Order: sequence, then structure tokens, then C-alpha cells
Amino acid sequence: MKIDIALIEVHDAETDLAQQLLQVGERHRADHDVFHLTRTMSGWATQRLHRLATHSTTYGVPQDPDTIDRDQDRGILALVREKGAELVGHRPEPAILLLRDIRDLHLAAARASLGWTMLGQGAQAVNDHDLLATVTACHPKAIRTMKWTVQKMKEASPQVLAS
Amino acid sequence: MVDRIAEPWGTRTPYARGTEWPVRIDTRLNDGVTPDDVDHWVPTASILHSNGDALDIAVKDGRMVGVRGRADSRVNHGRLGPKDLFGWQANASPDRLTRPLIRRDGILVETDWETAMGAMVDRSKELLQEQGPSAFGIYTSGQLFLEEYYTLATLGRAGIGTNHIDGNTRLCTATAAEALKETFGCDGQPGTYSDVDHCEVLFLVGHNVAETQVTLWERMLDRIQGPDRPKIIVVDPRPTIPAQHANVHLAVKSGTNLPLMNALLHELIAHDRVDNAFLDEHTVGYDELVSRVADCTPEWAAEICGVSAEQIREAARILGSTDRILSTCLQGVYQSHQATATAVQVNNLNLLRGALGKPGGGILQMNGQPTAQNTRECGANGDLPAFRNWANDAHVQELAELWNVEASSIPHYGPPTHAMQIFRYAEQGSIRFLWITATNPAVSLPELHRIRSILAKEGLFVVVQDLFLTETAELADIVLPAATWGEKEGTFTNTDRTVHHSDKAVDPPGQARSDLDIFLDYARRMDFRDKDGGPLVPWHDPESAFEAWQACTEGRPCDYTGLSYEKLRAGGETQWPCNATWPDGRERLYTDGDFHAALEDCESYGKDLLTGTAVEPDEYRAMNPNGRAMIKAAAHVPPAEPPSDNFPLRLNTGRTVYHFHTRTKTGRAPQLAAAAPDVWVEFSAPDADRHGIGEGDVVDVVAPRGSVRARARVTGIREGIVFVPFHYGYWDAGDQHDVRNRAANELTITEWDPASKQPIFKTAACRIQKVADADGHTAPAPTTTASRPRAAMAATTGGRDVEVTEEFGA
Repeated sequence: MKIDIALIEVHDAETDLAQQLLQVGERHRADHDVFHLTRTMSGWATQRLHRLATHSTTYGVPQDPDTIDRDQDRGILALVREKGAELVGHRPEPAILLLRDIRDLHLAAARASLGWTMLGQGAQAVNDHDLLATVTACHPKAIRTMKWTVQKMKEASPQVLAS
Repeated sequence: MVDRIAEPWGTRTPYARGTEWPVRIDTRLNDGVTPDDVDHWVPTASILHSNGDALDIAVKDGRMVGVRGRADSRVNHGRLGPKDLFGWQANASPDRLTRPLIRRDGILVETDWETAMGAMVDRSKELLQEQGPSAFGIYTSGQLFLEEYYTLATLGRAGIGTNHIDGNTRLCTATAAEALKETFGCDGQPGTYSDVDHCEVLFLVGHNVAETQVTLWERMLDRIQGPDRPKIIVVDPRPTIPAQHANVHLAVKSGTNLPLMNALLHELIAHDRVDNAFLDEHTVGYDELVSRVADCTPEWAAEICGVSAEQIREAARILGSTDRILSTCLQGVYQSHQATATAVQVNNLNLLRGALGKPGGGILQMNGQPTAQNTRECGANGDLPAFRNWANDAHVQELAELWNVEASSIPHYGPPTHAMQIFRYAEQGSIRFLWITATNPAVSLPELHRIRSILAKEGLFVVVQDLFLTETAELADIVLPAATWGEKEGTFTNTDRTVHHSDKAVDPPGQARSDLDIFLDYARRMDFRDKDGGPLVPWHDPESAFEAWQACTEGRPCDYTGLSYEKLRAGGETQWPCNATWPDGRERLYTDGDFHAALEDCESYGKDLLTGTAVEPDEYRAMNPNGRAMIKAAAHVPPAEPPSDNFPLRLNTGRTVYHFHTRTKTGRAPQLAAAAPDVWVEFSAPDADRHGIGEGDVVDVVAPRGSVRARARVTGIREGIVFVPFHYGYWDAGDQHDVRNRAANELTITEWDPASKQPIFKTAACRIQKVADADGHTAPAPTTTASRPRAAMAATTGGRDVEVTEEFGA
């Protein structure tokens, strides 16, 4: 049985997604919807990691659900990124960077989503109902983040490319 | 004679459920003028709030000398509010703009129309050449006329070809529109004002109706004083006048409307107070709601909202007792956290109770401005004209045929750009031409230091069209003097779909021109053409613009084809749809579950309420194959910017009964100006004690983005909340505010609802600190309204020259 491989893959993908969401938000502090929504969705990813961690013992995977540095104790680097974003927020260049960041977020969310697909198939194959329930609860929100990146790309790209 | 400053709601005429609301005709004429002296009475409706009160302007010797409510109006039955009784005087203010202005060497100087329009057109052509339509942003209003919005939408979308058109309706009514689209697939007010006559329960959610729609409150108050009073539930952190009359007053913490609504829905479901037959026949999505609110017990919500579980239970018992529930929402929902999600739950509540399309059982998702409904209908804010769906190619094709242009020349590759994003593009420099009509973003948008820096930005060409040199106009490159209500002809539609014709009573001052004339002149000078080389905008006056609009609405939910200027003139107000099926207009929508929610018909496929992501057409078809009403659930998430040690309180901004918008008109009507002359700050007695602050002390309200200095008013508002009225800017600030610390929006945060994109004005963190003693002063806040003081003091009165005649009809 290699369920642990799938668990680790989802864990790594969601950790990466949660961190990338925070960093993209910080880089685009002056794009206020990006800032607020990435923080919300990073929180969702962290919740998924916590739920995932409840299955670690069963499959002998080490736990580290608190690796995401967020909320009150944001690091000095994050503040520097935000301040920098505010200062250059009136220039056109960050708009192009936003498209790149949205693309990367999409890929990170797609990786997480595919990981959940894999884990869900595994859970069914080994008949682990609890694990399947976790996948059923968590996967739609990973997809929601992925859909948001597509929407944001649709909205943001025409103005960047036409101006 | 009644002092309508001291008594904003006038004299009561109680009535019973199911009977006609009695007539009371309010008349205000200048001193020394009697009704017999009046040369003409010119029919129109109110333009200083969204209620649409019909009135006649009294004209003598070519000047306005007063107003009189129209007894035959279904809306107000003759009554007028203080703003209508006195606000018209602003038309004749000596500081009206009478000539165009142009910026030369950094200073605005007077010029002529030829020069001003020439400069505007030259810059437009340059930018079209250099960058194309993406360089243009249009930011309009909720205060123009229908004909003007439709012309602007046509020339903007198909002439310039920009997707960046929105109105300040984004700040006032965007959530109402979005919530109706989410639930019913299409905008359009389900209910009607006469539902007040028939209701058994009034559910007012974040809607201080006594101050925002005075005569609607009078109607409610007359029911309350009648023999069979409706039960009233009020959700509001302030001790508003309606809250005083409530059976249950839920004074929730800022940003917690959604958990309260979820708990109310939980209670209705848990106690089986649900109309299952109605739900089965007319809705989809109920099961998801059941599972979403399964854990949302009154105890759970009580903890989050800061009200008692028993109060929530009592409210649910009342709501579960009848299907004659009239539910209304306004800015307490729309400008607060999780705005669309909350407004949708209010829709859900009525659906669960089967309280839709029945006399007294209905929904009023209110508007904030008099003509906001037309901004929404005409495609001047975020949707295509006549509620067409930008994501539906067939709808775009209809529009293309109507305008005789290629569909590809109407931008529809993404959602029309919302106001906050338009300003963001201007900030980044990709929008370089910003045309602002009849609104004052330099006072009304959030985080004003940012807005001012955008408007003043090098490389952004700003055109402002207004009556006065507003705070926004001062930052413009071109200022165009506009004619206003009473000085031009047109139509507009109120919150309950009533269409009014408004006639010209007097000439505009100096060289001021109607907004329609300015738009038509611009379109002509830009030489916008259809695909056969004909003029894109072939109409030439209000009536021909109205006829073009009628053609645009044919077969759409807001069908105007059965109307005409002739029919509307002289008090022929009518609710839309008005067509062959409904020749006299339709009072209530959806009486037979006849929604406009089918895939082919709907205005929007809906959005994810938490992320704003658009639902795809195939998902929509799967979710709602039969075009029913959609029940959509949403989970609570905490508001951004949580209070901290440094900013421990929550800011709430809002309105007072005596003023409208940024006081460009009401601040120039002496009686209204005197009733609420300057900004104040409201908080509770416990918060006052904690800070050692008393009534009238000078206080700084400080947020991470700025501060406001004002006198303190200690009231019965919920602890932890600081209220500042948003009306006050800088044009009449005097020497009290030599720095920018008078406008409430110095404090507000740039954040918006993910679905409706409406800015959130009611949850920013702040602190208060005392600056100076009262020194014998009290706060300049009215004592007659939600701002009434705990301390004893002289009441707000009109003094001299406020007398209003009330005549009582049969």
C-alpha cells in the first residue's frame, strides 16, 4: 500500500499553495481583491492541511500542519513585500507580474487538485471511508481556488495586454 | 402648519391592514407665495433619495418657488420628506457652475463649450489612436435620467468600445442587483410598496428606512399606529427610529449579518416552518442550504453576533408565523461584510416561507439613489442594457442588431469593469481618460487620500460633469456645467419599478446644459458610426432617446414598450414591465413563479458568493435546468482588518435624514444645512466613559489610513462601534478642517464584496481619542433620528421658515 505517497503529495502541494497564495497577496497589496481573497483562500488551504493531518498516523506520515506562517505574526519579509507593492502600486509593471503570479497560482492549485483526485481514488481502492470523506470535503475548495485563478486571468489580462 | 425639520415624518394617518393608505398632501411654498400665485405646477418625482415620491414643482415668474406632493401617486399618496420639501432650493444657488472650465497652467479657468468639448474630443481621438478603448473609463451616477444612461452606455460600449463603464450605484445598489441575480437569475424588484399595506411582519435588515426613505417609513408608521400593527424585526447596530418600534431589535456586531441570517434559517428549518410545496415547485438548492445551516444554532450565532440566542429565537418565531412577510435590505447589508451572501439569505428566508409575489409577502432589495434602477437597467453599471447577459452571445447579438454594429465591437470578453477596478486601472496608468458624471468620488469612495492622488495623477485626463465645483471637479482637467432635475426633461424609475416622467420647470443657469445634450454632442463630435455608416446614436432629444430605449427593452424583464411620454406625463406613473401583457404595469413580479432564470433568459449565471468566480453556462444548466429561483447558501468568514490593541473599535459610516450623498444639494438648502450642519461622531456611553469623553467633546477618529475630527455624540449605539456620517466633504468645511479630516471616507478601507464588488464601508478598525473639551457645545447631530443623544439638550427644530402645509384627503 502506498497511500502515504499520495498523502505526502497532497500535503506538499497544499503547503506550497497556501504559501504561494500568501506571497502573491503580499506582492499585490494594491490590488485589493487579490490581497484579501488570496488570504482567505490560503486559510482554506491551511484548514485542508489540518484535516489531512488527521490521517497521518494511519499511514505513518510525519505531521507538520503548522508550517504556514500567516495572520498576526507575519514575517518582516512579508511586510517588506507589501510595502514594496504599495509603493510601486501606481506603476504598470506589477500588472504584468500579476498575470505571471496568477498563472503560478493556477498551476499550484491544479497540482493540489490532482493530488486530491489521486488520494480519493486510493481511498476508495483501500476502502478507507474516513479518508474518502476528507477528500470529498476538501477537494471542492481546492478546485474553487483553481477556478478563481482562471476568472482572475480572464478579468486581468485584457487590460494588461491591450494597454 | 408643521415644522418638518422637527418632525421629519409629519402627522400620522393610521390605517388598517388591507385598506388604502390615506392621502396627505404636503406643500411647501416660499414665504409670501400662496398656491394661487403659482403660474405652473410641473410634474416630476424626487431626486434626493430612492423612494420616487411624485411631486409638482411650483413655478412663478420662471423660478421655482416650492413643491407639492402628488395625491394621485401610488408611491407617496401626497407626502414628501424634508429633503424634497427644502432641497429644490439648491437649484438656484449662487455658486452653480454656469460656464465650462478648463485647466490651464494648473488652474481651472472659465472657457466656452467649443473649447471644452474640443479639448475633450481631441484627447479622446489621440488616446483611441495611441492605446484604443482600454484607455477610457466612464464613472457615472445614480442621479441622472434614464435617457442619459442609455445614451452614455451606447456611446461608451459601442462608440468608444470600452468595457470600463460603471456608476456610483456600485456604492449603493450593486448588491441589491447582484442578490436578485443570484436568487432569481435576473435583476428586478420582486415586491412593491403596497406590500406595506398587507404585511403582517416587517423584516428590516440593515435598513434605516426612517432616514433613507421617509415616506415609505410614514406608510409603515401609519400601519404601526393602525388597529392591526405588523410585527417588526430590525437588524441594526444603531438605535434607529424603526428599532424603537421593533418587537425584536437585533443590534449585531459589525460584519456579522450572515451568521445571524444563517441562524434564522436554521431555526425555520429546525422547527419545520418551511413551505415545502412552494420550495418543491419553485426553487432549487434547498438541500444544500439545509446542510450549510445545520450547525448554525442560535447559540452559535449569538456568540458571533453579540445578541442573545433568545432574541434570535423570538425573531424566528415571528418570521415563522406568517407568509405575509415584507423583507427589506439596504446599506447595513450592502455596504457591510459578506454583503451579497447576506442579501441572498434574506431572499432565501422569503422563499422558505413562500413569501413571494403575494400581497404583503415580498422582498424589497432597496436602492440608495433616485435613478439607480436606471443605471442598472441601461447598462451603465456592470451589465449590458435591458438586463442582458454579457456572457450570453445571443444577448450580445441582440444588442449588436439593435445598435447595428458588429457584436465584436461591444466588449464582452469579461465582466464589465467595476468602479473600484476602474480607479485601480487609472492608478496604474492604463486608464488615461476618466469621465465622471454627477458624482463626487473625492468624498464618496473609500480611502480618500488614494482617490485624490489618482484623480490628480499626471497623465490622467479627468472630465467632470456636475452642478457645482465639487471636491472632485476641483481635480478635473475639464469641468462641464450640467443642468439638473427641474431644468431638463426625462424619465426615471424608483426602487419598486415605478417609472416617472420629469418635466422641465425652469431654464438652467448660464450656459449649463443637460447631461443628455452633452452626451449627444460628444457622440456627434466623435462621429461614432454604425456598421452602415449611419450615426451610432441617431436620437436627438429625451423623447427620441426614450423610444430607442423602449426598443431595447422589448421582450426583456424590464419591458417599457407599453409606455410613452404621453402616458407618463401628468402623473401617469407606471411600474414596469409595461407591455401588451401588462398594459398598466405589473405590481408584483413572480406571482406564478414566472422567473427569468432560464439559461437563455437570465441576466447572469451567478457567482461563487465567497470568491466572485462566475458560474459557467454548463454548470448553470445543470444546477437550474428549469429556470427556478435558486437558494444559495454561504458560510461565515470573519471580516478583514480585525480590531487590534491599536484600533480596538469598528467604524460604521452612514446617513442622516436631512442629507443626501455628499450634500452638493442638501448642504445648499438652508433648512437642511442647519439641521445637520457638520460632521459628528457617535459612540456608546460605555465607550465614552472608557475614553473619558462626553457629549460635544472634540474627538479624533483614527484608522490606519487617516483620521476625522468631529464633536462627540453619545448615543444608545452598540458598544464597540463608532458611527460617522459620510455626507461631509470640504467645500463648506470652513477653517475647522484645514487638513483633510472631515470626510468619513478618510478612514474607510479599500475592500469590496467578492460578488457584487460593492465597497465595504462598515467594518474598518479604528480608535477614538479626545482632542478638546466640549466648552459648552453639543455635537452638530440631529436629535430627531438615530443620532438622538443620551444627554438632555435642545431638540433639532427648523426655527423660522420651515413651515409645511399638510392637507388630509378623503
